[in-house]
Amino acid sequence: MDLKPTHQGSATVLSPAGRIDHATADAFQGALQPHVDQCKAGHAPIVLDMHGLDYISSVGLRVLMMAARQVKTQHGRMVISGLTPLVKEVFEISRFNLVFELFEDRRAAIAALGSDG
Amino acid sequence: MKLRFWGTRGSIPIALTAPAIRGKLITALSGAIGRGLDTPEKIAHYVDNDLSFDVRGTFGGHSSCVDLVTTGDEHVIFDLGSGARPLGQAMLDRYGPASPQTYHVFMSHVHWDHIMGFPFFAPVYIPGNRIVIHGCHDVLEAAFRRQQAAPSFPVDFSQLAATIEFDLMVPGKRQRIAGLDVTPKLQRHEGDSYGYRVEANGKCIVYSTDSEHKVDDHEERASFVEFFRDADIVVFDAMYALADAISVKADWGHSSNIVGVELCQAAGVRCLCMYHHEPAYDDERIAAVLQETRRFEEITRSGPPLQIVSAYDGLELTA
Repeated sequence: MDLKPTHQGSATVLSPAGRIDHATADAFQGALQPHVDQCKAGHAPIVLDMHGLDYISSVGLRVLMMAARQVKTQHGRMVISGLTPLVKEVFEISRFNLVFELFEDRRAAIAALGSDG
Repeated sequence: MKLRFWGTRGSIPIALTAPAIRGKLITALSGAIGRGLDTPEKIAHYVDNDLSFDVRGTFGGHSSCVDLVTTGDEHVIFDLGSGARPLGQAMLDRYGPASPQTYHVFMSHVHWDHIMGFPFFAPVYIPGNRIVIHGCHDVLEAAFRRQQAAPSFPVDFSQLAATIEFDLMVPGKRQRIAGLDVTPKLQRHEGDSYGYRVEANGKCIVYSTDSEHKVDDHEERASFVEFFRDADIVVFDAMYALADAISVKADWGHSSNIVGVELCQAAGVRCLCMYHHEPAYDDERIAAVLQETRRFEEITRSGPPLQIVSAYDGLELTA
């Protein structure tokens, strides 16, 4: 899965798109993992810009949970931006809105990361 | 086949508290202001039609116990949590002590909250009754005997008047019991638990509680989709939110509403019954989870609608 990594401001922006479900979760995890490994204290934070994501199932959410836990232990920072209304509902129903910092769009996420140093 | 729920709470029985009842009364009476409810009939209509279930009722607090009403003469029960006490009383009220009955009980496992109702299940004290306890744990009988051994209970197992038998079932092997085809399945839970797929007369009910699902285990997922395949009703352990189930409460042996919907959708199930409610949740919270789960089903639906209900003590569901 191509996450189309770009560097904007101080952050690495990743843009998963389409569906993350049982058919694609392993590919998503494989693509995400190198970036998560680098997301440490003093390194670039990650913005997961999900504006192009149509759906994420439980197995995709688990990938995000594992990534969040690893980033936390590394004292890095990973935030999410641009959730579509439906995916935002999935986050709320699954309580993943309590796991991640969510921003309306990529610009807001990058601004918040920048202002937080 | 009809399921009747006598205990739907997970892990430990709970009771409504005085503050909780006061809160329901305040909500109900506030909603009645200006409605001119000046007769008992108007009040009853208001309660039945204008108040939500979590205000006019309660999901209840008994631990796991469900009975399956069939066309046969023998009774079928899943688990003997504290809900077995009112179930036993209802059986005694209906049949009295002079009409011996046979009860088949299918045990998910023998953790405390699933066996604690047995010493209070009145039919065990009636001579002539036959109680067959089916399960897949080799410690099945020992667990029931130990529960009633001194100093934990005043009546030892050996003093029970009914004839009590134990039947060790084999996971994956279909057995004909009480006119039903019953197939147990191993589930992920500390000490193991077992779900039961019950089929009769073209209908199918699955009882699957105390079962954790690792969402990244594709083989396990596929096996549960087959176990649930085309069921009319799946009674499902939806104790936690997904974020909790796969993080702080991973390996606690329970599942989530999200996974319940995903598995049931994949399996073509007609009705998902959320069960084994978190004891920390009040009625308002469980009702909110039900609404959210229905919404989740709606936005993820790709086939026929999946009906979603939240079990409560007293619920009856017909397959």
